[in-house]
Amino acid sequence: MLDRRTFLAASALWLASSTSLTHASEIREHMPWSPFPSSEPHIERPGPWKFFTADEARAMEAIVDRIIPPDRETPGGKDAGCAVFIDRQLKGPYGASSGLYKLGPYVKGIKQQGSQSPVTPAELYRKGLANLDRICKVNNGGKGFADLSADEQDSVLKTIESGTVEFEDVDAQGFFDALLKDVPEGFFSDPIHGGNRDMVGWKMIGFPGIRYDYRDWIGRHNERYPYPPVSIMGRADWTPHKA
Amino acid sequence: MRRVVAIAIAAATLCVCAGPSRGASSQDFAAVERGRYLTTAADCGSCHTTPGSAHPFAGGRPIETPFGVLAAPNITPDRETGIGAWTDDEFDAAVRRGRSRDGARLYPAMPFPYYTRMSRQDVADIRAYLDTVEPVHNAVTVNRLPFPFDLRSSMIAWDAMYFTPGEFRPDASKSKEWNRGAYLVQGPGHCGACHTPKTLLGSDESSKALHGSVLQGWTAPEITGKQGSLRDWSVEDIAAYLKTGHNKNAAAAGLMGEVVGRSTSHLTDGDVEDIAIYLKDLSGSAPGKTASPDKDVMNAGGAIYQDLCSACHRGDGKGVPQMFPNLTEVATVSAAKPDTVLRVIIQGAASVSTEKEPTGPAMPAFGWQLDDAQIAAVATYVRSHFGKQDSAVSAADVGRARSALAARVN
Amino acid sequence: MSRKLPAKDVVIVGLGWTGSIMAYELADAGLDVIAIERGPWRNTATDYPPGYAADELRYRIRHDLFLRPEQTTFTFRNKMNQTALPIRSWGAFMPPNGVGGGGVHWNAETWRFLPSDFVARTHLVNRYGADFLPKDMTIQDWGITYDDLEPHYDRFEYLCGTSGQAGNVNGQIIEGGNPFEGPRSRPYPNPPQQQPFGATLFAKAARELGYKPFPQPSGNMSQPYRNPLGVRLGPCTYCGFCEWFGCGNYSKATPQTTILPALLRKQNFSLRDNSEVTRINLDASGKRATGVTFVDTDGNEWEQPADLVILSAYTIFNVQLLLLSGIGEPYDPIADTGTVGRNFTHQTISDVTSFFDPAKFVFNPFIASGAIGMCIDEFNGDNFDHGPHGFVGGGYMGQVQTNGRPIETTPVPPGTPAWGAEWKKAVKENYQSALKPGTGVHGSMYSYRDVYVDLDPTYKDRFGRPLARMTIDFHDNELKQNKFLTDKFAEIFKAMGAKQIKKEYRKGPYDITKYQTTHLCGGAIMGTVPGNSTLNRYLQSWDVPNLFVTGASAFPQNPGYNPTGTVAALAYWTADAIRSKYLKNPGRLIDA
Repeated sequence: MLDRRTFLAASALWLASSTSLTHASEIREHMPWSPFPSSEPHIERPGPWKFFTADEARAMEAIVDRIIPPDRETPGGKDAGCAVFIDRQLKGPYGASSGLYKLGPYVKGIKQQGSQSPVTPAELYRKGLANLDRICKVNNGGKGFADLSADEQDSVLKTIESGTVEFEDVDAQGFFDALLKDVPEGFFSDPIHGGNRDMVGWKMIGFPGIRYDYRDWIGRHNERYPYPPVSIMGRADWTPHKA
Repeated sequence: MRRVVAIAIAAATLCVCAGPSRGASSQDFAAVERGRYLTTAADCGSCHTTPGSAHPFAGGRPIETPFGVLAAPNITPDRETGIGAWTDDEFDAAVRRGRSRDGARLYPAMPFPYYTRMSRQDVADIRAYLDTVEPVHNAVTVNRLPFPFDLRSSMIAWDAMYFTPGEFRPDASKSKEWNRGAYLVQGPGHCGACHTPKTLLGSDESSKALHGSVLQGWTAPEITGKQGSLRDWSVEDIAAYLKTGHNKNAAAAGLMGEVVGRSTSHLTDGDVEDIAIYLKDLSGSAPGKTASPDKDVMNAGGAIYQDLCSACHRGDGKGVPQMFPNLTEVATVSAAKPDTVLRVIIQGAASVSTEKEPTGPAMPAFGWQLDDAQIAAVATYVRSHFGKQDSAVSAADVGRARSALAARVN
Repeated sequence: MSRKLPAKDVVIVGLGWTGSIMAYELADAGLDVIAIERGPWRNTATDYPPGYAADELRYRIRHDLFLRPEQTTFTFRNKMNQTALPIRSWGAFMPPNGVGGGGVHWNAETWRFLPSDFVARTHLVNRYGADFLPKDMTIQDWGITYDDLEPHYDRFEYLCGTSGQAGNVNGQIIEGGNPFEGPRSRPYPNPPQQQPFGATLFAKAARELGYKPFPQPSGNMSQPYRNPLGVRLGPCTYCGFCEWFGCGNYSKATPQTTILPALLRKQNFSLRDNSEVTRINLDASGKRATGVTFVDTDGNEWEQPADLVILSAYTIFNVQLLLLSGIGEPYDPIADTGTVGRNFTHQTISDVTSFFDPAKFVFNPFIASGAIGMCIDEFNGDNFDHGPHGFVGGGYMGQVQTNGRPIETTPVPPGTPAWGAEWKKAVKENYQSALKPGTGVHGSMYSYRDVYVDLDPTYKDRFGRPLARMTIDFHDNELKQNKFLTDKFAEIFKAMGAKQIKKEYRKGPYDITKYQTTHLCGGAIMGTVPGNSTLNRYLQSWDVPNLFVTGASAFPQNPGYNPTGTVAALAYWTADAIRSKYLKNPGRLIDA
């Protein structure tokens, strides 16, 4: 056994010098640790649209405000930043179906086999919004979705939801399913992702965000938790007023 | 096998040259074992081994000094690039008097002002042990200092001013344990090298022995036990910290983590306890309360603390014994200099894993998440609310700490 | 062309729970051990600290800690006459990746199986007669008993610091614990976690209905804990981000928080991360493993020779590696020959969401841990007379409050529109006053002749290797079981005073998009003779005696509990057999 270890030490040197095991690494004798986080989150900042065109963005802001309409207490999807959230997501790995299995052949399967479409979310939204715009303009004397009244917008969305309208080059109901998934995600995910502005979604339901210590509260039954939510980027109280 | 060969070659050389006088102690088991223990107590490996290297004592590790960076020399028995060809007298002169083989003065990064408290026999034993390690051919250029510090002759004056050679003299009025502790702290342990404040020329402010200092981006806190930040630590607490890296109050990380990992955790239970007995008997400075920090800053710091810190350190700062430090009892929290507090908040820190406490929990970095004013607020809050230190940390302090850490490689 | 690395005594494929246990035990025995892990190194402070561990979108929705299907996936079909298609994005289960494996992001529900579960066929045939079992059901005995495993369950629970209330200590029934559990040699190492409001209501109603509710055994610490390896865990803070997430404060039992700090101190252990094993190599006889071949992230291929190979990847990857390496005879469901791929199972999960009066009930669903809740076991295994019901199997059920994460857990009453003002209003009204158990009915899935794993004829991974193909559907027995259990479960919520109850029965066909659990089981099962199993009772390959295969792939069928406790106990059992038997006399531990 000793001989083998001696040999191993020698060959480890050889390995290090003659070839690379980059990324892959050999770990021994201690728990690896290095300063600074190795996977800190990516933080989306306010700013221009990254994926949507100005027209698409206008339509999206109208759509998210119908999926989650504003009311007296809580902003709707638009003011909560749901369109910004989706914009950033579509520009990122999600939009490109990054990490998913993308080898063919692509064959249409049965429902319980899950999506077998090669269409990425980015393509789905681009085409879905173009189709929506076309349908609205044809049926409403040239008015796009954003220019319709709220009731008219709801009617259009319902025809897509129910499958009574078909899109030309993309699945209309698939587009609507994506909206039903992505818009609430924008309303309820951490504000670092571009939505849930000022944590309005969390405030609406009383979710305290990234707070990590409820030891004082686990035993307090049937009592409403009183403290405001906290985002990964903190809350207003984190900054000294005079700073 | 290789060791035997090396010794045989050394013997052959001796025969030919008949020059240097060498004891045969490397074959004396008891001497080697004593030397191994003293080498550990003196933590020679910490500087003379490059971290991660498979070659102990082969040197090359950069050592920061107030004047610039030195590289620790190779102290393996390699004859050409190590100390294989040195006589015992030459070795003793280097370790205890700071003289190089050629008579030049060593920089006090080599803690000879402490090692001088060891006996000639101690150093001979260390030599005996070092003779048994694998000789490694590794030429190290030690001196990378800027002028005028690159001139070793500049150390003549330094030695004259600051260096008091001489073995440790026991204090007859104190117990055997106290004296053993004092020997370890003042001698091989060279605790003051980090924990004693330094003059502009890098010598100890001897009137303030172990009153705390800052080095390499870490606070080396005051470690006196009467009034200082270890006032509420028991002998057992201190001994557990040195032996395991953890106790109910604190966890060793950074440089002290290295010291515990390489040195103190390998000392006998009796020795770490003796060190604790000695430290508990030292007088120091009581931490001074100054002006209370700004209320706004404290409120912000408290909010950050509750949201990000309480999950480990608890709302009351008391943490979890042996895992998450009790912020009311951590010396670095109450230290005048906030370097460690800022460092662990900005970049995180891993506590040491030892045989008795293998967990080694780590503090996450928050520098990416908090801006300078927020870090200043939470640091001020932790130091004042939990610690015994009311001097505020400013956003500018945090900015400076950030830049310094970004530039730092270790 | 692969380059050869210096030989080791042991190579371990995958460093999750069982890989870590095996690595520690075998390194502790003095062997030179290397583990090869497909995913990256990860640990608390640098990878999932409290500052960003609670990012629901990143971890729960985008699956950040899991294997990427792009790296490898499976194909799926319900029936043998269908064409299997690739799982392009995860749904029904979540294959783990990286050091710690699923142990990093599990809920830490830490159960033991019932004594009768290990002798399922014998027990059921004795009680109900052979004709009571469906003809195509292929359940069998494990070749091991509860008593064999008890000391090893105990070791795992004390490793993890499991929080719980014993129900049976050495045959003595303890009030407040699970009276149906097998006898344990001592109580849990930690008391149960504190219970939230909903769970206490559930327990009260269950007691009034005549059941014996008990706290879910939990790998989340009810207090600070030091395990027998000297490794410490902190107390759980009920943050509600367990499953799918890493724990930010060392309070959930994971390989990182229980074993790895002690393991990595051992000089005779090393780990290669980001390295994927592609094959177990055999010598010319085909009866001896010579090591494994793996590929690093640069695509370099390496050979790691070893005297002993431990295959401890996720269930279906264990099966796939056996098939790709030509070890054992592949299962043929038509001829009913071969064993590799046979008796593949998943789980039969369903849920009941109940809606209470918002003016009277505040549940704070976000104050949660992966395994706090109160459960009953009256309808698990064979704890009740199946005679009148016409099915076998069962499961535990409970009000287990795992999270109030708002993307996942914003239940709305039946009839609520999927969007718009009414949906928004319903979300707001019910968030605090609805109970949606993390796992409500945790039902068994027994094994069938036509549910199995083989290699896909069409789809390949990025190296060009065939993907594993799963053929799986629910059978009537499981659907009947689920209907019965779900109705019983709903009765309890009715007794609690829910004003509206939504029963979500598990219905066929099996749907790869609907999450149940990650408890895929079987495919490389243990058993009594080579003809009915891939492994002997020590998880040793019948065909290649220097290969041991750990994990739930060894389960002949899946009982009604979370599997990790048993998976880990089996790993300790195997490690013990290697140390006490195999090393003294390497070779078959059971004569075939």
